[in-house]
Amino acid sequence: MASTAWPKPDQRQLLGKRFDRLDGPAKASGTAKYTHDTNLPNMLFAKALWAPHGAAKVSGIDVSAAKAVNGVAQVWSVEPGTEVNYAGTLVAVVAASTEEIAREAVNKIKVEYEVLPHNVDDRDPAKVSGEPSKKEVPDAAGVDEAFKSAEVVSEGYYGASPITHCCLEAHGQAAEFRGGDLYVWATTQNVSGYAGSVTDAAGVPASQVHVECQYMGGGFGSKFGADQWGQICVQLAKQTGKPVKFMLDRDQELMIAGARPSVYGKVRVAAKKDGTVTGWDSDMLASGGKGGGKAPDMPYVFTGVPVIRNVSRGVPVNRGSQRAWRAPGHPQNCLITMSALEDMAAKLGMDALEFFMKNLQYTGRPDVYRDELTKAAEMIDYGSKAHPRGDPTAGPIKRGLGMALHQWGGGGHGSNCDLTVNPDGSVDAKIGTQDLGTGTRTVIGIVVAETLGIPLERVKVNIGSNAYPNDGASGGSTTVGGVSSSARDAATQALNIVLDKVTPELGVPVDRLVARDGKIFDADNPSKSMTWEKACSLLGQMPINTKGSKDPKDGTKLTESGVGGVQMADVSVDIETGVARINEMVAVQDCGLIVNLKTAESQVYGGMIMGITYALYEEAIYDPVTGRMLNPDMEFYKLAGLADVGKLKVHMMTGPGYDDRGVIGLGEPPVISPGAAISNAIANAIGVRVPIMPFTPDRVLAALGKGGAVA
Amino acid sequence: MNSFEYANPNTVEEAVALLASEWDETEVLAGGTDLVTSMKQWVAAPKRVVSLKNIKDLQGIEADEKQVRIGAMATLAELIENEHIQKHYPALITAARGVGSSQIINQGTVGGDLCQRPRCWYYRAGLGLLAQQNGKSLVKDGDNRYHAIFGNDGPAYFVNPSSLAPALIALGATITVQGPQGKSREIKAGEFFQTPKSESEREYGLQPNEILTHVTVPISNLKNATYEVRERQGLDWPLVAAAVAFNLDGETASDVRVVLGHVAPVPWDVPSAAKALDGKNVTEESAAECGETAATGAKPLSQNGYKAQLVRVAVKRAVLAATGKPMET
Repeated sequence: MASTAWPKPDQRQLLGKRFDRLDGPAKASGTAKYTHDTNLPNMLFAKALWAPHGAAKVSGIDVSAAKAVNGVAQVWSVEPGTEVNYAGTLVAVVAASTEEIAREAVNKIKVEYEVLPHNVDDRDPAKVSGEPSKKEVPDAAGVDEAFKSAEVVSEGYYGASPITHCCLEAHGQAAEFRGGDLYVWATTQNVSGYAGSVTDAAGVPASQVHVECQYMGGGFGSKFGADQWGQICVQLAKQTGKPVKFMLDRDQELMIAGARPSVYGKVRVAAKKDGTVTGWDSDMLASGGKGGGKAPDMPYVFTGVPVIRNVSRGVPVNRGSQRAWRAPGHPQNCLITMSALEDMAAKLGMDALEFFMKNLQYTGRPDVYRDELTKAAEMIDYGSKAHPRGDPTAGPIKRGLGMALHQWGGGGHGSNCDLTVNPDGSVDAKIGTQDLGTGTRTVIGIVVAETLGIPLERVKVNIGSNAYPNDGASGGSTTVGGVSSSARDAATQALNIVLDKVTPELGVPVDRLVARDGKIFDADNPSKSMTWEKACSLLGQMPINTKGSKDPKDGTKLTESGVGGVQMADVSVDIETGVARINEMVAVQDCGLIVNLKTAESQVYGGMIMGITYALYEEAIYDPVTGRMLNPDMEFYKLAGLADVGKLKVHMMTGPGYDDRGVIGLGEPPVISPGAAISNAIANAIGVRVPIMPFTPDRVLAALGKGGAVA
Repeated sequence: MNSFEYANPNTVEEAVALLASEWDETEVLAGGTDLVTSMKQWVAAPKRVVSLKNIKDLQGIEADEKQVRIGAMATLAELIENEHIQKHYPALITAARGVGSSQIINQGTVGGDLCQRPRCWYYRAGLGLLAQQNGKSLVKDGDNRYHAIFGNDGPAYFVNPSSLAPALIALGATITVQGPQGKSREIKAGEFFQTPKSESEREYGLQPNEILTHVTVPISNLKNATYEVRERQGLDWPLVAAAVAFNLDGETASDVRVVLGHVAPVPWDVPSAAKALDGKNVTEESAAECGETAATGAKPLSQNGYKAQLVRVAVKRAVLAATGKPMET
């Protein structure tokens, strides 16, 4: 019997090697159809009207002029009396034969508002609401005493501005009723679980909802359900009897389809003169929308610091609500923790790398972080570039290095795989998962091909439909753990059926049979062999079908949880203009057994680029007067371009202690450290801390005392 | 965007005849990089769009010994590639390259750059060119990090977005426009722009039924350069830009012109800064003093004080770059 366990390093044929994405050519050539590209005969296009006030009550709404526009099929609108809690709230949606007609009709809708007071200021302690959340170890007296008797105390103010998900493919879906069933083409992180979010609007049971998402343009934690706009889309399709496509416009996407909460506050760090940290005391304001918010528990990664006090107070703001943003809470926590710790190192006059190394006993995985810090330092040439805080070089361009550590869980979500092996040797795997652009489709193919000993091209991977066996939502870096487990399980079962047929033909005991290189052969006498196709022909006329799950019946554990990473940044800051630029960034990351090295590295590159973006440019800017988001576009909601990211290097940890673990996801970890590493690099370059992220020229100049006015 | 009539005339006369005498009734389409997005966002909703792409008189760049004539429909890419521009006007090359996006550089035109509408986020949100609510400026009490620090006594607080205007003004360029009955007039580039006093005015001195036909730049020995500060290195608007031009006799500067971009509702000519450098040897110190003088009198709003610092640096660096001693950044 072939074992479900992952093969040993010397027996791996495909695992851990580099493979192009199976869907790369389709994406590069434009033949890959995204939800946005879904166009059906007689389709209606929906466009929305949104409330332009931070807080208001709809006192009247008149859609008659919109309905009268030639080409308009249906209008959805809120009832008078509806409360608006943030600008961007949808108040009406028009479905029409073209986008242009829909938009023209939207402009004819008349809405009367009773405008109410709003607040978009998330940094004002006077606007705190509710009781603070408090966590003290050991207790208040102990914390106060520890700081009183500390050898050195460092204090600072740090914060991360709110940002959005800014998915390149906006939220939305197309929906059509056919013969009483609902068909939905959604851009979603949750194909298998999506139906439940539209059944009420559809008025049909989930069994009659067919969901499809073959390709999607980014979710980052914001696309788990149909949302209000998806439900409106279904309702309009039902009312009109026609297919309806409703994708949010860019401004709506940025205002209402997801935000990462802000965190700002004061931190005190206590330490011995030798650099050993002895205490942490943070007092934070957090805001993720109308409900206020809570800062993550600090410190980050260095969770074993003996004395800890966390105070978090929520500030309710009239902004679109927070959603899980790639590694929820971690990037903000990492920024604040690593900045406060590095400030302590600077105060002690201690090298930052030495300081972080000295305190690794407070982390859950000191040995791993030591290896990763060492590797990162080597990659960025830390030894020759490092200098104490403040680049002493003459001239306006100051260069600095910074680092940060991060952690993440992972594990695998529930997953089921149906695998078919046909008598002609062709193989087909079905999983109700989705590929967010991460390479999930390819990973499934690699695992099946590795298990059956056949080339990757022989495996047809079917995903992106709820007609396939259900699979968990892609969140929390759990997808690769889930799908690789269920695919391995199903493929191993299928292999064992084939091997049972081959054993009598070759006259070799089943335990000696090996499937590799498109053949099945005797491990002791490889000349006794049979091609995969010949072996499959022994099945007769009927294909075999196996069902694998994330937790194989033989009890094998194929996925694990718990990864770490270290990133270092080399930046140059022009102290006359305040402009910070990335020269180089390195990332060292572990994630257990790597299935596809190429896409694993790609995940890390992508994480670094997204991190550079939020570190230097990205900010959801709200107008205190109107309550509206002022930059709901991609002109002033700034994302890094190629010229901005510098040179990026990635190293994945492999070998003993790493790839003998299970498969662990990589969606979140690499996006956590960039903000902190870049903040520390800027401080190292210019000699002062820039407190609030993103580190734009106005904030850098303000920190340098050169006339900046933006806090 | 709204439904509109599209006109594609072959001559300037025809084009002018197709334009209404009121603003917003008709719009002129050059490269379209601003107009098309404005229409898609319903910031502009003209009844007729008059395309200039078939009008030969508006195209190309020609030079004689005295001047270079740049057609309004010459693209920024043509400007960058033109040997005369390269030889005489590095300030224009830097400014055009600074636009950052290859697509916009290839598609955008010189006339379009000069006549594009402000990027003020209140204006782009449909809250009006002057961004007023109940007679009060939204900009002053709102988020004004990218707004004006000069010429901001109201009611306008946006900044002029043109990349080329500061350099053209510094180089003493003339803008030629043509209106009805074949009447054309020449306007000094420095007088082409205006601060609107009401929503019914525009930021430049065209009549609604006039077309900018070409720009003429005198050939001289002026040393010139542009320096722009922007957040992103790729596609991004400058936070502050400075263009300078001056004669250099030995080390001594004369006929100095210093013009700022993105700091005021119009390109901001700073004669006081020019005077500060005039007759002096161009050194790091005199360049810094020129920059310091340029920033004097800035009246930052609540959030854009940093732009005064950027003026100091941009002017200093432009002066040094003009003499061939650019700072490596």
